[in-house]
Amino acid sequence: MSHYPRPGINPDYCKGCGLCVASCPKKVLAISEKLNSKGYHYCEYTGDGCIGCGNCFYSCPEPAAITVYLKDHQPGKEA
Amino acid sequence: MEKKTVLRKPAGFLDVYKHKPGAEKDRTHYCPGCGHGILHKLIAEAMEDLEIIDDTIIISPVGCSVFAYYYFDGGHFQVPHGRAPAVGTAVSRANPDKIVISYQGDGDLAAIGGNNILQAANRGESIAVFFVNNAIYGMTGGQMAPTTLEGQVTTTTPYGRNPATDGLPLRMAEIINQLEAPTFVARVSLHNPANIRKTRAAVRQALQNAKEHKGFQFVEVLSMCPSGWKQTPVNCLKWIEEKMLPIFPLGTLRDRSAEATPVVRPEPVLEPGKVLEKLGLTEDKSRGFARGTVAEEYSEMSIRIAGFGGQGIMSTGQILAQVAMEYGYNVSWLPSYGPEMRGGTANCSVNIQDDTIGGAEAVSPNMVIAMNRPSMEKFEKTMVEGGSLIYNSTLVEISPSRTDIKAFPVPITGLANELGDIRVQSVVGVGAYAAVTGMFRPEDIIEMLPQFFKGKNKSIIDLNASAVRAGYDYVKNNF
Repeated sequence: MSHYPRPGINPDYCKGCGLCVASCPKKVLAISEKLNSKGYHYCEYTGDGCIGCGNCFYSCPEPAAITVYLKDHQPGKEA
Repeated sequence: MEKKTVLRKPAGFLDVYKHKPGAEKDRTHYCPGCGHGILHKLIAEAMEDLEIIDDTIIISPVGCSVFAYYYFDGGHFQVPHGRAPAVGTAVSRANPDKIVISYQGDGDLAAIGGNNILQAANRGESIAVFFVNNAIYGMTGGQMAPTTLEGQVTTTTPYGRNPATDGLPLRMAEIINQLEAPTFVARVSLHNPANIRKTRAAVRQALQNAKEHKGFQFVEVLSMCPSGWKQTPVNCLKWIEEKMLPIFPLGTLRDRSAEATPVVRPEPVLEPGKVLEKLGLTEDKSRGFARGTVAEEYSEMSIRIAGFGGQGIMSTGQILAQVAMEYGYNVSWLPSYGPEMRGGTANCSVNIQDDTIGGAEAVSPNMVIAMNRPSMEKFEKTMVEGGSLIYNSTLVEISPSRTDIKAFPVPITGLANELGDIRVQSVVGVGAYAAVTGMFRPEDIIEMLPQFFKGKNKSIIDLNASAVRAGYDYVKNNF
């Protein structure tokens, strides 16, 4: 992926609750058909369209499952 | 604060949840869709952004968030059910420069800990309380909580919560807002992104105030429990909006953040010498009575004194202990009585010895002073072999059943009656004890009487002096 904003999702931390999907104003998150290592259908970014609102980050109960890279993010330089 | 370009797991969380048992030290134990994780994230983010991670002490409750200490960086206490505000009080007072967070659920805070939270709030303790209201006991399996809604089906309200039997849900934020001391009181919710952001703002305000030590902060957070509610996480959002919001209206109930000033408490006096000075105990007022010759068997006394309430049982014990103290013994006095002031039964335990006293109760006494028959029957059984039993032969018309003890029948009530006032029987008993054991001289006891009967006139003191003599002389003349 080369452009920001976009979410980064760690499938193994996801418990498939769907709160991020419900929170996404652009409907660019979806629950996968696939299962993660814990047996949950996990959340996936469906592609372009993220506006970096952070709703999914703040709606997700699992601390490390979702990271959102905002518009001004530069790879390798995390603020 | 630098503008963020990445929203990621906040630094208020530990990198690796090293205290969590098992292999999964990188994820939480919470159920899918649980609100705790969201609130945890908001707190951890605020801890990072306010730069208070190293100065924050988090009190974990009992409930699903019992393991909050797995996740947050900072200091931790995990405390018994409902006691977080009490422990938080101690922690914040002992560490006035730290930020203390009390993280509690509704069973913990509003049920068993209901009084604790009210008292801490009323004192304006320097604590930021995050109160997760999910209308149910989550950890224990979905029982009714104080915040359960009317009609809500739980495992303990299978027909729904009925106000006629179960009352109505407690609105804790409103209750806390009745008190004068709290600085910030808000109710927020996690049911959609806009409200999560309001929750975020409330969390930050509470922690900013805590950082400035501005007293008591209370943030009630409406949260979802998909497992307890038996609903999908997404349906839970709707349930909060439709069912909880009408009962638990959102908003900032109070915000005195701007005008609040840091809590200043008086400097605690911890130096023993200063405490003694304040209590007027610096001067050694002991009389330092010289000990006479005491037989070996009476050198270490474990005494049970028993009778009817009103017979002066407690007084007898207190006088024995205080006189013994003047002879330089270690003493203890432990009362045991029913709710009645008069007419019930009463007993007390007294220990008199040179060694440090371990247990205050005279479980196996070597001396029993029985003022009535039931007391003698009850406590002679507990005596050690060879012990001494002084019993009130005026009222006890039988002899002791034990033959391996020494019995001293003394007409204690009768002797008092002859002096004209049966109330002095307690002191007759003291005189008898002194004579049996040889531990005290009667004149020493008499010297102390004004101390025991403070404010009484001389005739009362003299009457009690006669009572000491009567008990003492009776034993000396008859045994």
